[in-house]
Amino acid sequence: MDIAIIGIGLHPFGRHEGTTAMEMGVHAANAAIADAGLGWNDIQLASTGSLEVLQPDAINKYMGLTGIPITNLFNGCATGGNLLLSTANAILAGSGDVGIAIGMDKHPRGAFSVGDDLAGLGLGQWYGETGLAVNPQFFSMKTRRYMHDHGITEDCLHRTAMKAFKNGSLNPHAWRRKALSYDEIAGSPMVCDPLRKYHFCSPSEGAAAMVLCRADIAQRYSSTPIFIKADVFKTRRYGSFEVMHPSVPANSAPGPTVQASQAAYEAAGVGPEDVDVAQIQDTEVGHEIMHMAENGFCGDGEQEAWIRDGATEIGGKLPINTDGGLLANGEPVGASGLRQVHEVCLQLRGGAGKRQVPGSPKIGYTHVYGFPGVSCVTVLSR
Amino acid sequence: MTTRIPLQEGLYTWPSDSPRLIASKCTGCGEVTFPGQNSCPACTGTSTEELLLSRRGSLWTWTVQHFPPPTPPYTGERAEFAPFGVGYIELPEGIRVESRLTVNEPDRLEIGMEMELVVEHFRDDDDGNELMTFAFKPVDG
Repeated sequence: MDIAIIGIGLHPFGRHEGTTAMEMGVHAANAAIADAGLGWNDIQLASTGSLEVLQPDAINKYMGLTGIPITNLFNGCATGGNLLLSTANAILAGSGDVGIAIGMDKHPRGAFSVGDDLAGLGLGQWYGETGLAVNPQFFSMKTRRYMHDHGITEDCLHRTAMKAFKNGSLNPHAWRRKALSYDEIAGSPMVCDPLRKYHFCSPSEGAAAMVLCRADIAQRYSSTPIFIKADVFKTRRYGSFEVMHPSVPANSAPGPTVQASQAAYEAAGVGPEDVDVAQIQDTEVGHEIMHMAENGFCGDGEQEAWIRDGATEIGGKLPINTDGGLLANGEPVGASGLRQVHEVCLQLRGGAGKRQVPGSPKIGYTHVYGFPGVSCVTVLSR
Repeated sequence: MTTRIPLQEGLYTWPSDSPRLIASKCTGCGEVTFPGQNSCPACTGTSTEELLLSRRGSLWTWTVQHFPPPTPPYTGERAEFAPFGVGYIELPEGIRVESRLTVNEPDRLEIGMEMELVVEHFRDDDDGNELMTFAFKPVDG
């Protein structure tokens, strides 16, 4: 794939009383466009995405009414990854040479609610009425089974959370910037056994934007273009265990993360051992742990030793979620996938400040996963 | 006299002393889905038949829901919320079914334990009927 990222921008994640999601989107878009040394007039196509904002393409009212195609898309927590892919695909199709992907969200406090209409999710109303349409249940149940099958301990959960909040404390754009102690995490209230409050991300607010162009003209706009070597979007195949499913076959199959990851490595011509920094979906710590194996970085069960030995810390052999991930940034659904890309670009450019991965990282990796079982994976390279 | 009616028709046989979950089985590839549907998610076929599932299976995984689920869509008790167990039960038909559990104490739940289907009261409707839903209980207390 011959597309380059030439501009990156972010609105800080967290809670921003009085700022709308659209305003955050404008902020992120302006930052990305300025980073590329361009103006809105230079943008020839756009993809926008959000859960809460009904029509994020209305952002053109604030950016400038230039008549360009602006496609809205939404794929749950995988939205950000697909925004990048959609923009890249439009450039590849010849719709323009320069495009922008913008994700934004502003969620109310409290757990995500699926709302009143379960049919819109392919579920019966009874499922929601009886209290089964609650994301944390799935994450806890899949984590519990995985711990049982592969010897992952609660200690591993706590250490993964500690890393998230420690990295968040190094990230001026993160929401939660206080490093929590092991005891604070281990002693936090149980949400859905075995996962506790500080094992989970919370819905939050934020926006992120990426300016892309054809790789062969990237040097016009950026001295540090980051190339998209792979960008793959997969939905689940029959047999995988996904969030909010009333039944799954006993004869299980690998999930969409595995499908997307394998296809991405193949497209990029690299393997997991070549990745220098990775941002992977940490809806809660159990899934960061499971996704390490699903993305090919280690075998099932090896996470226990990896995390205990600090392998996924900023100074370790494979730094994971260096900006604090979903735990420290929260989850504004439309934006998170692009936040991951933003962080990888910063790391590959050498611009991550106090949380910079040492050794001039060259290849980065992003991964998102969401309902009803979708995943987007990118491989990025300078 | 109150009437006991399912919150949702068609999920299990009712009225019955020995209710069974109603799944669908693809006539082409044999894969089983719950709740039942007219098409097969495995082979894309469009011919399925009803299959009543076994009442007993083993607890494949579980959790306990400690906070009241958001309303909407939850219509259960909020003011005096009691945590409830949720799990997947693996049944002999080669399917794992998600269900509320009758137990909410983590010490009493263990992967592999044998579970049995029950139909239990969930809430009352405005006319005073008892709305029922399905759940699984441990076979050994």
